Amino acid sequence: MALSRIASSSSRSHLIKPLTTALSLRRPISSLSSTDDTTTLTFETSVPFTSHRCDPPSRTVETTPKELLSFFRDMALMRRMEIAADSLYKAKLIRGFCHLYDGQEAVAVGMEAAITKKDCIITAYRDHCIFLGRGGTLLEAFAELMGRKGGCSKGKGGSMHFYKKEGGFYGGHGIVGAQVPLGCGLAFAQKYSKDENVTFALYGDGAANQGQLFEALNMAALWDLPAIFVCENNHYGMGTAEWRAAKSPAYYKRGDYVPGLKVDGMDAFAVKQACKFAKEHALKNGPIILEMDTYRYHGHSMSDPGSTYRSRDEISGVRQERDPVERIRKLILSHELATEKELKDFEKEVRKEVDEAIAKAKESPMPDPSELFTNVYVKGFGVEAYGADRKEVRAVLP
Amino acid sequence: MASSLRRYGRRAVSMCRTRKPAFSTSCDDTSLLPQSGTSINLFSAINQALHIALETDSRAYVFGEDVSFGGVFRCTTGLADRFGKHRVFNTPLCEQGIVGFGVGLAAMGNRAIAEIQFADYIYPAFDQIVNEAAKFRYRSGNQFNCGGLTIRAPYGAVGHGGHYHSQSPEAFFCHVPGIKVVIPRSPQQAKGLLLSCIRDSNPIVFFEPKWLYRLAVEEVPEHDYMLPLSEAEVIREGSDITLVGWGAQLSIMEEACLDAEKDGISCELIDLKTLIPWDKETVEASVRKTGRLLISHEAPVTGGFGAEISASIVERCFLRLEAPVARICGLDTPFPLVFETFYLPTKNKILDAIKSTVNY
Ligand SMILES: Cc1ncc(C[n+]2csc(CCOP(=O)(O)OP(=O)(O)O)c2C)c(N)n1
Ligand SMILES: [Mg+2]
Repeated sequence: MALSRIASSSSRSHLIKPLTTALSLRRPISSLSSTDDTTTLTFETSVPFTSHRCDPPSRTVETTPKELLSFFRDMALMRRMEIAADSLYKAKLIRGFCHLYDGQEAVAVGMEAAITKKDCIITAYRDHCIFLGRGGTLLEAFAELMGRKGGCSKGKGGSMHFYKKEGGFYGGHGIVGAQVPLGCGLAFAQKYSKDENVTFALYGDGAANQGQLFEALNMAALWDLPAIFVCENNHYGMGTAEWRAAKSPAYYKRGDYVPGLKVDGMDAFAVKQACKFAKEHALKNGPIILEMDTYRYHGHSMSDPGSTYRSRDEISGVRQERDPVERIRKLILSHELATEKELKDFEKEVRKEVDEAIAKAKESPMPDPSELFTNVYVKGFGVEAYGADRKEVRAVLP
Repeated sequence: MASSLRRYGRRAVSMCRTRKPAFSTSCDDTSLLPQSGTSINLFSAINQALHIALETDSRAYVFGEDVSFGGVFRCTTGLADRFGKHRVFNTPLCEQGIVGFGVGLAAMGNRAIAEIQFADYIYPAFDQIVNEAAKFRYRSGNQFNCGGLTIRAPYGAVGHGGHYHSQSPEAFFCHVPGIKVVIPRSPQQAKGLLLSCIRDSNPIVFFEPKWLYRLAVEEVPEHDYMLPLSEAEVIREGSDITLVGWGAQLSIMEEACLDAEKDGISCELIDLKTLIPWDKETVEASVRKTGRLLISHEAPVTGGFGAEISASIVERCFLRLEAPVARICGLDTPFPLVFETFYLPTKNKILDAIKSTVNY
C-alpha cells in the first residue's frame, strides 16, 4: 500500500542531476569575444528528453550570447523579486497567502523564449514570475503583492491573482487544478480563430491528481486543441511528496493517449526547446503534456518553513547541482561572454531595480473603498452595502 | 462574566488589533473557570475529539490532504502515530474523490471522517455531498446510507485570507435535505458537537471557525462527552431583542450585546449550533419574549441562512414582531482581499442595528 511506503533514499539522487553534462560544450565556431547577434552557440541540454507517444526533440540547442545573457538577467530578476517578497512578507507589508517561485525560474523564462505574447498562459497561484515573463513590471507585481491600486489586478487580487491581458496571461488561480479546463477553452478559441496560437496550461504535481485534469485532457485530445499541459513538477504538493499522492509520478505519461515529454525544468534551454517542440506539435496534432522536473526552494507558502517534509540536504543539493541561474552563469563564464565580476555587477543592478520598484510600489495608494463593490457584475448591479438602517447603499463604512 | 468565559473561551491578546476581545478584563481570572479539564484551544479540542472517536470506534477513519502530518491547522496531530497509517491517512489532492470515497466507506458501516483543508475547497466535492451523500438513504429506500460520514472543514474569515481562504459556504448546504450542518463556537462546544456528529447516523458537514483555532481557549473536560444536535442554546438572556448566530460570529455579537447593555438595551443571544435541521422552537420562544430579531453571519446577506431564519420566524411570530428582522451579514461581494473589515459584520454594524431595531 502506497501509504506505508517509506521515502526511498534514491529520491535524493533522483532530484539532483549533475550540472557537468551542460558544461561539455561544443565551442562555438565564431570568436568568443565577438558577442554580436549573429554568433551562434551550440550545446546540449542537461539530460535527454524522455518521451511518451512522440519522438523527442533533439538535445542540441542553439542560442546567441544575447539570449544567454538575457536568460541570466531575467532569472536573476525573478529570483531577487521573490527574495524581496519574502522580506516584505516578514515585514508584514504583504499579508495573506503568498507562494514564491524561486527555484523554478527556468520554466518561466524558457517557456517565454519559445512562444509569443499571442500564445496564452494560465497557471495557479504560484504566478509572480510567470507574470514577469509575460511582460509584467516589477512595480505592478510589488504593488499587487502589497494590495495597492497600482497592482496588476488593482490590488484586488494579491499574490495569488496576477493577470495581464495584453500579455496573454490569464492568471493566477486559487483552486488547485481549476485553471486547466479553462486552458482548454482558451485553446479552443484559438483553434477556431485559426491564427496559429496555443495555450500553455500550467499545474503542479499535486494538482495532477485532480479529476478536472483528466476531463481537460480528454476534451483537448477529443477536439485536437492546441493546448499544452505543463506539469511543473516541483515534487511536492504542500507537504506531500509526489510519490505519496500519485500512483504514477511519471506525469508526462499520465495523459495516456496524449503524448508527453519529460523535461529538465532547471535548464532554461531544455524548457525552451521543449516548448518550441510542443507548440509545433500542438498546432499540428493537438495536446501534449510537458512535465517540467523542477524544484521550489521556499516552503509551499509563507507559513511553511519547507523543511519538515524534506531534508536540508535535498534542498542544498539541488541548489548546488541544478540551480537554474547558476547553470546559466556557468555557461556564460565558460563561453567567456562576461567575467564573474561583470555578472556580479549585473546582479547588483537587478537588486537596485527591485528595491526601486518596491519603493515606488509603497507609494501607490490603497484601492478606493468603492472598489469593494466594483467588478462583481459588469455594472455593479445587485451589489449593495446595507447600512445599519438597511436603507442605504454605502461604499464607505465607518 | 464567568459564564461567558465558558462559552467562548479566553481570547488571546494578539486578537485585539483585529477583533476586539470581548472578555479582556476577566481573561486572567482563572478562578472563575470550571475546575475539571484543562485549558485548551479550539484545534486541540478538535484533536481530542478525533482521538476519542478513533479510540472508541475501531471502524472510524480520518483522511484528507496532509492529515497524517497533522493537517494545516494541526487538528489531526498525533493521530497517525497513535492509530496507524491505515486508519489515519493522507489523500491525494482531490476533494471530489475524498468525499466520494468517504460515502463508500461509510456505506460499509464505517465512521468516515473526511477533512477538506479549507471550506473554500469544498466546492469540487459539492456534487458528491449534494447528490451522493445527502440522497443515498432516500433514493435506496433505506437500503443504503452514508450516515457515518462527517466532513470537517475550516471556514470563515481569518484576517487576511483573501478570496479562497475565508469563505463561509454553510448556506449552500442548508438547502440540501439529507445532510446536517453543524458549526461550533468554542473549544468545549467543538469537542462535544464533533463527537456527536461523528456518531450521528446522518452525513454531516462540520464547519470549524478557523479564526478561533488558536485564539479561543477554554477549559475542556478531558472525558468523552457529546452535545446534542439540533438544539440551540440561549447563551445570554435578555428581554429587548433576540440575536441569533453561530460559530466565530457569536463572539462579535456578544461584544455588541455588552455595548448595547451600556445603553440600557437587554439582548438575548442564541447559538444555533446546528443549522439544519435547526431548532426553531428555541428561537421562536425567544422572539415571542423580546419581539425583535437580529441575525448575523459572515456569508453574504443575500440567500444566506439568515434569510431562512428570518422567513420562518416571521411566519411564526408575525403579530409579535415590533420591528423588521435585521440581518447583519457579509456584503454581497466576493470575500475581498482588501477591506475585509468593511465586508464583515463587525461589532459596530451589529450595535447600530440593535439600536435601530429597538428604536424602530
Ligand atoms: C481544490 C483545492 N484544494 C486544496 C487547495 C489547497 N492547496 C493549495 S496549493 C496546494 C498544493 C498544490 O501542489 P502542486 O499542485 O504541486 O503545486 P505547487 O504548490 O507545488 O506549485 C494545496 C493542497 C486548493 N488551493 N484548492
Ligand atoms: Mg508541487
